[in-house]
Amino acid sequence: MLSIETLNIHYGDAHVVRNLTLHIAKGEILALVGPTGCGKSSALRAIAGLLEPSKGEIRIDGQATTNDNFVPPEKRSAGMVFQDFALFPHLNVEENVGFRVSESSQVDLWLSNLGLKAFREAMPETLSGGQKQRVALARSLAHQPKLLLLDEPLSNLDAALKIDLRLQIRHAIKKAGVTAIWVTHDQNEAMAISDRVAVMREGRIVQVDTPEKCYEAPNSRFVAKFFGDGSFLKGIASETGTETAIGLHPFVHTNGAFPPSANSVSQVEVLIRPHDVDLIEETPGNATVQTQAYEGETRHYRVQLDSGETLEARLSHEHRIQPETRVRAVVKSRHPLVAFQLQKNQPST
Amino acid sequence: MQRYSFAKRWRLHVPIATIVLLALSPIVVLIALATQEPLEFGSRNWRILGNTVGLTALTVLGAVAIGAPLAFATTCLKLRRAGLVLAMLVFPLAVPSYIGAFAYFAATGPGGEIEILFGIAPPEVRGLFGTAWVMTLYTFPFVVLSVRASLLRLDAGLVESGRTLGLTPLGTLLHVIFPRIRGGISSGALLVALYTLSDFATPAILGFDTFTRAIYVEYNAFGLSRAAWLSLQLLLLVLVVLTFESRAKTVRENPGRTLRWNPIPTTKICIYISTTLVWISSVGLPFVLFFVWIKREGVRSFEPSILLHSVVPAALAAFCAVIVALPLAQAASYGGRTENWMLHLTSFGFGIPGIVMGTALVYVGLHLPWMYQTTAMLVLGYVLRFLPLATGSLREGLNRLENSLSAAARSLGASPFETFRRVKLPLIMPAALSGAALIFLEAMRELPLTLLLRPTGMETLTTRLWQVYEAGYFGDAAIPGLLLILTSFMAMLLFIRTERLLRLAPEAET
Repeated sequence: MLSIETLNIHYGDAHVVRNLTLHIAKGEILALVGPTGCGKSSALRAIAGLLEPSKGEIRIDGQATTNDNFVPPEKRSAGMVFQDFALFPHLNVEENVGFRVSESSQVDLWLSNLGLKAFREAMPETLSGGQKQRVALARSLAHQPKLLLLDEPLSNLDAALKIDLRLQIRHAIKKAGVTAIWVTHDQNEAMAISDRVAVMREGRIVQVDTPEKCYEAPNSRFVAKFFGDGSFLKGIASETGTETAIGLHPFVHTNGAFPPSANSVSQVEVLIRPHDVDLIEETPGNATVQTQAYEGETRHYRVQLDSGETLEARLSHEHRIQPETRVRAVVKSRHPLVAFQLQKNQPST
Repeated sequence: MQRYSFAKRWRLHVPIATIVLLALSPIVVLIALATQEPLEFGSRNWRILGNTVGLTALTVLGAVAIGAPLAFATTCLKLRRAGLVLAMLVFPLAVPSYIGAFAYFAATGPGGEIEILFGIAPPEVRGLFGTAWVMTLYTFPFVVLSVRASLLRLDAGLVESGRTLGLTPLGTLLHVIFPRIRGGISSGALLVALYTLSDFATPAILGFDTFTRAIYVEYNAFGLSRAAWLSLQLLLLVLVVLTFESRAKTVRENPGRTLRWNPIPTTKICIYISTTLVWISSVGLPFVLFFVWIKREGVRSFEPSILLHSVVPAALAAFCAVIVALPLAQAASYGGRTENWMLHLTSFGFGIPGIVMGTALVYVGLHLPWMYQTTAMLVLGYVLRFLPLATGSLREGLNRLENSLSAAARSLGASPFETFRRVKLPLIMPAALSGAALIFLEAMRELPLTLLLRPTGMETLTTRLWQVYEAGYFGDAAIPGLLLILTSFMAMLLFIRTERLLRLAPEAET
């Protein structure tokens, strides 16, 4: 449905998107995620035709656009939902949604699908942020785009509203059956709304996978850290598993030239998420509790292993282990841990 | 700021460059015209330069001396009827200075209106000091407004922390308040200087030889080349002032609480008395004079066609200027360096004094007989002179539009033209209308440009006033004068509203 080949974008001297290649199937929702300034919004604007890329081809439903053959935004059938909603302030909700729609049934359909029937006559400035974004979405969908582009649609909204609204938006997109790219810097939002996640860093896509894969099997330390807390422990990987300061565990590898062949070992770093860890009050144990913080449902601990490494753990809130207590840290999860081959000269953190 | 690829920039550049060239063409014309004869800079020229600089300096001093303390008093002191005091202080802006000059010319001196009414002849208001006095009376409100604006931005917390650190009230005034409002004083002063340099009728009526008056004299004596040479010299002075102005950056501060002090009774009485005196000398005098004349001579002499002659070209100019300003403002809102630079160039047009613009266009007109002394020529003059008012107003309107609005319209399938028609245009309409209204009112009260460019025999409100001054039938000036005050009053309201200068502090009305 959408394919992007070696897209490059420059702002003056800054090369903000580098050789981006991406293929999206019809009806799929792809989250384009990455830290601020990674180029994800620029890529989205280029797909919309609001920004002229310096190189590359964007093909929307068979219609190709390149620098030599630039298709203006209005000919791309790519609807866009903006961070600041971009509702036309001089038009009421119904007029906004029906901006260029010939069949009023589409307007009615999306007003009712998104619970906006009561606000038909309302002017945008009288609406709350959540309502505005629903109007903006209804407007895009009523125009029946082939592709829907969402540029940080929830970032101007209250945290309490976000979770509810993101599900509503996903539901509406699926109902319309439209292919969508959803740009966000919030990894939880990305995982919750998407079929696949594309992670960007410094203008490049570093991983495209299902949300589960991105979280459980990140292909780099960057992706691993981006999707959640975690500690990296040094280990020696062999055919039997990986040996770290807190024991021997099965592992999966996601990068580099390993697993080691028989009779060879390899230095690795193992990603351990806080909820993979259990702490047992025990002397002598293998670690000392440094800090503990109450988080409501859970408690977060930071412990120092006798190897000198630091490990984070998230346990039930029921038990409280005081700092300075000796504990034994173990991996409680059954699933294999992700191991990264230790690069030479790579600082271990 | 995002730049949109679909705004093929060269397509904007061509019309804009044309407009910019047009706006700057008067200068080229003047240079061509002036160099037709050998450029001389004789003793008379020196005297004119001295007079102009002297008048400007005295007026600036006077305006700051009156404006700054009164701005402080109305903004930072707890006064009863502070709103009224402020309105009285701003009201002189509603009286074109040439009306003031005319009133002083008719009222003072032997045989003047005051002698007729009261039997005592006050000294003639003429020459350097007389002209400076009149100019000061009608320009000091610029200082009041700009100082007031910077005082409103000053957070009372600063003054209070100064006091807790051991400063006396006078000490805070000198060391805390003054440094913060220096920018306000200087921007007001520059505005006064610009106004004084450009004003033609005030020195002309009061018989003081400044550049503007000398240019008119040369023009009347068919010395167009001399007039152009003097015009260029005047432009240079204007350029100096504009350079200072572009450097004076007002610091944007987060608004805090406004400072409020309780004045001692003596101070209060001084404020009320000085405000009243200033008001009587600037606003009261012309009003009284005009009503005395109407009572004595009636209104028969006023022909309504004069009003029509003022309204029609002004309305045409307002309409055309807004149309011309649209692509300019549009281009500037894309934020490119070239576009901004071009806009700066056109805004220089507003700095070109009316008499200078008139001289240049008269010369152009002499080469285009089908244009010379037509309403079209007059309208062209108004458009060139007041274009920056329209671009400024539209630009502000466009800046308030979020970029995403046109992007949204485009992504919904609207072409650039449809986006403009259905999204941008309705949203900038209020800005366009207020820009047009401002130009209309400014053109209505413009004297020198009208005097030079109007079709022969066409009398407008301003030219009638001039005619009356030259002929000495003062009574006939009453109705045009009052209508011009009304026009200026509306222009002032609009100006103040757009600039949001009169924001009253919360307790100011009490």
